[in-house]
Order: sequence, then structure tokens, then C-alpha cells
Amino acid sequence: MTDDTTAVLADGIRKRYGRTTALDGFDLAVPAGTVYGVLGPNGAGKTTAVRILTTLLRFDAGRARVAGYDVASDPDRVRAAISLTGQYAAVDEVLSGRQNLVLFGRLRRLSARRARRRAEELLDRFGLTEAADRSAGTYSGGMRRRLDLAASLVVPPRVLFLDEPTTGLDPRSRNGLWTAVRELVADGTTVLLTTQYLQEADHLADRVCVIDTGRVVAEGTPEHLKARIGADRLELVVADATDLPAAATVVERATGAAATVDAELRRVDAPVADRIAVLTAVLRALDDAGIAVEDVLVRRPTLDEAFLRLTGAHADAQRVGVAS
Amino acid sequence: MRALTDGWLMAGRNMRHVVRAPEEIILYFTLPIMFVLVFGYVFGSGMTVPGQGSYREFLLPGVFVMTMLYGLGATASAIAVDAGRGVVDRFRSLPMARSALLSGRAGADLVRACLEMTTLVVCGLLVGWQWREGIGPALAAVALILLLRVAMTWVGILFGLLVPNPDTVAVVVFPLAFPLTALSNVFVAPELMPDWLGAIAAWNPLSATVAAARDLFGNPGLGGDSWPARHALELAIAWPLALIAVAAPAAVRSYRRLGR
Ligand SMILES: Nc1ncnc2c1ncn2[C@@H]1O[C@H](COP(=O)(O)OP(=O)(O)OP(=O)(O)O)[C@@H](O)[C@H]1O
Ligand SMILES: [Mg+2]
Repeated sequence: MTDDTTAVLADGIRKRYGRTTALDGFDLAVPAGTVYGVLGPNGAGKTTAVRILTTLLRFDAGRARVAGYDVASDPDRVRAAISLTGQYAAVDEVLSGRQNLVLFGRLRRLSARRARRRAEELLDRFGLTEAADRSAGTYSGGMRRRLDLAASLVVPPRVLFLDEPTTGLDPRSRNGLWTAVRELVADGTTVLLTTQYLQEADHLADRVCVIDTGRVVAEGTPEHLKARIGADRLELVVADATDLPAAATVVERATGAAATVDAELRRVDAPVADRIAVLTAVLRALDDAGIAVEDVLVRRPTLDEAFLRLTGAHADAQRVGVAS
Repeated sequence: MRALTDGWLMAGRNMRHVVRAPEEIILYFTLPIMFVLVFGYVFGSGMTVPGQGSYREFLLPGVFVMTMLYGLGATASAIAVDAGRGVVDRFRSLPMARSALLSGRAGADLVRACLEMTTLVVCGLLVGWQWREGIGPALAAVALILLLRVAMTWVGILFGLLVPNPDTVAVVVFPLAFPLTALSNVFVAPELMPDWLGAIAAWNPLSATVAAARDLFGNPGLGGDSWPARHALELAIAWPLALIAVAAPAAVRSYRRLGR
């Protein structure tokens, strides 16, 4: 396939490290100009896949094309079209942040002056201006990741690979990164990102796949995936068992779905579509009705849950909110 | 072309490293100063050379070359440290020349070698060594020694990539380098060695450079009439070029295989 509509294509990729099989027939097709999320738990093979697609790692079988070029036979063309921000920051720790960005700009054929100007812009954009002249080795983990990302954007690539880009970032930096990704995509870049957070994929990605032990176990739009995983459930424990019928009515009105009541645990539970709106409505209605609540929680599919469900196992609840 | 510009950029990177961590510069000077003082002054005072001339004058070109050989250790551990750095992943995913990281090292080490060579010459002059054939041949001798250093750099780079643990590098390099100097004309003229040893010493790549440098500096040293002794100048050019021709491509190959 050499068409321009598929930016990243992997076809039956296998990779073994000694006796460990990291990728076992990995398939992927990322439409150009979209954000694609690769979800998977630790050891699923995300980093291995990214390193193969970015020419850093040789593979044993299968075929991979990036930006229209074959990864195995045309790695130089692939490298010219891509940027990678790996799971571990790949910046020069002795050089300052500014020197790093200038060096990578120069290696990407920017003139000395353009490289310096571009470094300035990126330092500013990623909030590193103050630390610009310090050795990158003295940066905090989050700063280093930001510098690493900036280094990938010195020349906007056709395809950007981000391996767990927001792990270790505070919420502000994470939002900054999401904004940066959206801007890039608006300018035509294709982004492939790996993550352990369903929420992140949901937020950013047009399509996602879930991989486990080197194989894709689910693929589609986030909505499609969530539908397969099933909806969130609201669970509510009242302080007084006599309030149970009233509480069930409140919950049914807010969620528009049938609630199940467990008298022994004093618990009401129902599926929810819009978690926050429902949670707010329920708490307000209960308050108005004077019903004392001991505990409220929304079961939210985590990646592990998604995972267990995709492989048919049962999921446990995760506590996300508590009120009384 | 790209290999040159990228190599140049990477050499600049290595030199910025030195500027940011200037403690290391002290190392540039200690080894040459120590070698000249210890070998040139302490040993050089007690011994005499066959023929005429002082042992110190005989010895110093050898000490120059020996210092260049030991530079191999610094090169090897620098490249081993570099190859273990995360930033190598970025270099490898950039559309830059594959050789650039290595040739950048070679370039920066040549600059370092020039500083070392200057230190050596100044210290040499202080302990009474001198060149006697004019500045032109003396500079030619220095150029030959630096050429050998470039070859040693590439051998060191190859070495650093094959033994990619910076701590083991030093442990391995020194025991290898010392016999190489002992089995050469650095300390003793090969004619004074037992025949078989003398033959090994005469063909030693270090000996060619040392003999050619002695000749160009006008320092004493029996030529001997073995074939390598009579063709010292040619060999002093051929040996380093041959080493570079073998080590540089091999180093680039093993760099490409890194992490694969
Ligand atoms: N260099 C290596 N040598 C041996 N095994 C490896 C190597 N790199 C990865 N593996 C194995 O390959 C499998 C996939 O690893 P990979 O790093 O791709 O997972 P991942 O999905 O990125 O995990 P994480 O979320 O922890 O980053 C794991 O079982 C891992 O142990
Ligand atoms: Mg990983």
C-alpha cells in the first residue's frame, strides 16, 4: 500500500527478544491526518511497536510502512518524515535545553539562525524559558519530557510518535501537550500515541486499538470500544435502609435507567451515560429529599477493566467519588 | 557531505560538553605532563642511548606517541558512555548521517589531541628536548603523530562500542596498551632486543611513527636496517590509514546494530 491515506501501516509484525515474544502478529492502520491511540497494559508491546515503526528496532517478520516508505528497506526516508518522543526522555543531559533544541534543529537542516529562533519559540511554548540555559540533566522529570516533546517538534513531522507522552506530567503540562497535539493534527500531522489511560485515548484519538501480549484484541473508535466495554455504573449507599425506595426513585429519574437495590448492603446501582451530570443531579436530589448518603461511587472502566472485559473476565469497581 | 556537516555538528556537541563540565580539561593536561616528567626526566636521566645523543631526546618522541596511544582509553569510554545515553535514540531516529556521532567524537578528540600535543611539546622543551631539523620537519612529525592519534581514536570508538560498559573500558584498554608500547621502539631500540622481539617491535605501528618522528625532529635513534626501519616514513602514513580504513567502517557498522 503506497497510498497517501494510510500514514502508518503494520502488517503481521513479529518481534522476539530471546524467548519473550513482544509482538505476535501486530496489525495497525492509521489514516493520515488522524490521532491514533494504542492502548495496552505494562508489557503489552507498545514500546516495541513504536520502536519498530520508528526504525530503532529490527523485527523478525511482517511488514511496516510509515509515511509511504518501507521501514525495513527505506529507513532514512522514514526518519525524514517522523519524530519520536519515546517513553524515556531522549535529550542530551549535559547540554542545556536551548542547546539541545538548537542541535536537533541543525541536524534537521535548519540554518543556525532558524534553529536558534525555533528553539526560542519552543522553549517559550513549553514553559522552559527560565530553565533554558541549565543542563537538561538538572530538569525535573516533567520538564525533561516537555523538552523531549519540544525536540520532536523542531520541524513539524508528517507522523509523530508519542510513547506514553503524559506519564509523569502534571495536569497543566498534560493539557498543554494535548493542545499541542491537536494543533499539529490541524496542520496535517498524523499522531500515533500509546497510553495506559483510556481517558486520554478517548480525549485525543480518532481511533484506538487495545493490545495485549503483542496482539491487537480490539480496534475501533473510542465510542465503539466503550460500547464494547459497557457503560459506567453509579453506585450509592444510603445511611438508613428505610430510604432505599426513595433513593432508587431518585437514581432512576436521574439516569433514566432501571436501578437495582441491594437491601443488605443498603445499595442502589444503575448504569450511567454522562457520569458527572448524573452524579451532580443525584446528589442534589438526594440532598433536597433529605436522604443521608454514606457513599457514592461511579464504576468507571479503567484500562485494566476494559481489558478484562475485552477478554471476557469480570471487572471490579473503581471508586471515583465519595460524598456523604 | 551530510556526513561531514553532521559530524561537525556532533563534534560541536562534544566540545560543548567539555565547556559545560570543564573539570575534564584538567585530564587533558595531566597525562602528558606526567608522562614527560616521569619518563623523560626520571628515566631519561639515568640511561644512555647506543650511538650518540641523550636518552631523553631519544625517548621523548616515543613518549609523545605513547600519550596518543593512551588517548584511546578516553575515546573508548567517552563513546561507551554516549552509546548508553538515552539521547542516542533520538540521534538514531533523526535523518542524520549514521557516522555522525562517531565522527563527531573523532573530531572532538582531534582537538583534544592538539591540546595534548602542545602540552607535550612545551613540557618536552622544558626538560631539555628539542627539534634540530627546523620547524617544517618538526611540524611534519607532529602531523604524523596526530595522524596516528586519529587512527587510535577510531580503534577506541570501535572498542567503546564493542565493550559498551564505560567502567570495563578503562580496565581493558590499559593492560592492552602497555605491552604495545613495551614491544616497540618507544623505550628501547629494536636492534638491541632479541631478534624475534626486535622484529615484532620493528613492525609495530607505533614504532613506525616514533622512528619517523625521531628522524624528522632530528632526535637520536638507531635506524637499524630492517625493512620497516628503512621505510619508517611510509609506514607511519600507511599504518594509521590502514587502521582507520578497517576500524571506522567496523565502528559505523556496530553503531548501526546498537539496540537492534
Ligand atoms: N530489550 C528487551 N529484552 C528482552 N525483553 C524485552 C526487551 N524489551 C522489551 N521486552 C519484553 O517485551 C515485552 C513488551 O515490552 P514493551 O516494552 O514493548 O511493553 P510496553 O507495552 O511498552 O510496556 P510499558 O507499558 O511497561 O511501557 C515485555 O514482555 C518485555 O519484557
Ligand atoms: Mg513502554
